[in-house]
Amino acid sequence: MSVALSAQDITRALTRISHEILEKNQGSTNIVLLGIPTRGAHIATRISSIITSIEGAEVPTGTLDITLFRDDLRMRPPRAIMPTKIPTSGIEGKDVILVDDVLFSGRTIRAALDALGEIGRPRTVQLAALVDRGHRELPIKADFIGKNLPTSKNQSVKVLLSEIDGRDEVTIEEEAE
Amino acid sequence: MKHLLSISDLSKPEAISILDTATELARVSDGAVKKLPTLRGRTIVNLFAEDSTRTRISFEAAAKRLSADVINFSAKGSSVSKGESLKDTAMTLQAMGADAVVIRHPASGAAQRLADSEWMSGSVVNAGDGTHEHPSQALLDAFTIRKHLGMGGSDLSGLNVAIVGDILHSRVARSNVLLLSMLGAKVTLVAPPTLLPVGIQNWPATVSYDFDAVIPHVDVVMMLRVQQERMSDLFFPNAREYSRYFGLNGERMANMKSGAIVMHPGPMNRGLEISAEVADSARSVITEQVTNGVSVRMAILYVLLAGGALEVGSN
Repeated sequence: MSVALSAQDITRALTRISHEILEKNQGSTNIVLLGIPTRGAHIATRISSIITSIEGAEVPTGTLDITLFRDDLRMRPPRAIMPTKIPTSGIEGKDVILVDDVLFSGRTIRAALDALGEIGRPRTVQLAALVDRGHRELPIKADFIGKNLPTSKNQSVKVLLSEIDGRDEVTIEEEAE
Repeated sequence: MKHLLSISDLSKPEAISILDTATELARVSDGAVKKLPTLRGRTIVNLFAEDSTRTRISFEAAAKRLSADVINFSAKGSSVSKGESLKDTAMTLQAMGADAVVIRHPASGAAQRLADSEWMSGSVVNAGDGTHEHPSQALLDAFTIRKHLGMGGSDLSGLNVAIVGDILHSRVARSNVLLLSMLGAKVTLVAPPTLLPVGIQNWPATVSYDFDAVIPHVDVVMMLRVQQERMSDLFFPNAREYSRYFGLNGERMANMKSGAIVMHPGPMNRGLEISAEVADSARSVITEQVTNGVSVRMAILYVLLAGGALEVGSN
């Protein structure tokens, strides 16, 4: 096991992502942050508070559960459905920023795009991920990345967040055969 | 979990996870999204060998909101009325590739028979078998109670529920007693002695013959339909007397706790077990039960069908 990002690294990466989001969208007036449960939702909340401290205005932040839109449901036992909370301002005509912890195959994001399509028509959809570990199976790329982690397929990337795991850390583990 | 045949097959965490899943799915039904792609390509057969309105429509709506293909199959107008056996019907459904069968049957144990047999490989959901069980109704009742009166927790501990009326013939009562007591509620059964089944003392519930004594203490009054179609004997002298002792009217309702709710699985015999005044009152959550039924049945179909056929290790 090796540590890829320390708690400080995570804070710095999220601060940079927040600035990049503001730069790209020329402020926070039209953006909506949607985190993908479980850890993406917590990361979205952190980015939201960083943006609020920079801009001085609240950013509509919610969660988007994509379980019901997955394409691999039949390959696994049923998963628990997590809450979807869309901010009251809605997503119609907004710049929606999807937030996830690890970007890997891209299938989660494909499911998220389908889920978004059922809710409304955002002006743009952008993607922020704390870690991009490569191995994409679909033509999807992130707009904001905390850290690119070149990994092999038999490694696993674990994101620990203080809200759930008690501490902030990203580790790479060799998967046992 | 492959089948849903009886509440006694469920553990408490499984029951709570169905209710939690239904809570999330209810948000879907409330919101702009009415349709989810989750069960696309799956075929669900509604095999109804007994009359039903809300259960069949509710399962059909639930399956359609999850994008499953639904085939409705009722005894009237099918080969069942020509005397085809359950086995031959099941084998026909298997040959057509049904992923799940929702079965309502007048014989107790029909769903279990179908699940245990080698006749078909799909999931079986019991939508009411004779006087045995009706698990999806109990789950939607528990869901409705939790939504109105749940004290923030995931179960129903601390609540008192009275189930009143024709317990003997009621599969709804049987499933509800099992589920509500498992979730921590205290259940009191109120009925004339003739409408209580043999062995009632072994149920996880107390029995009372005095509705007026019970009513001020309960949070939920669940009225049951008097099932005249299953009554070959005389179980009570006449409808007026039954109504006087065991019916819920405005006068009795006035003695209920504040915040207590009135439920009925439907269809109602207005004027017999429940007066129109009560059925249409603010305490009545009867139409809401129907709405919740769709979300709960979506959750049941999701839990039974969304996962893969092979239970691989959790991840």
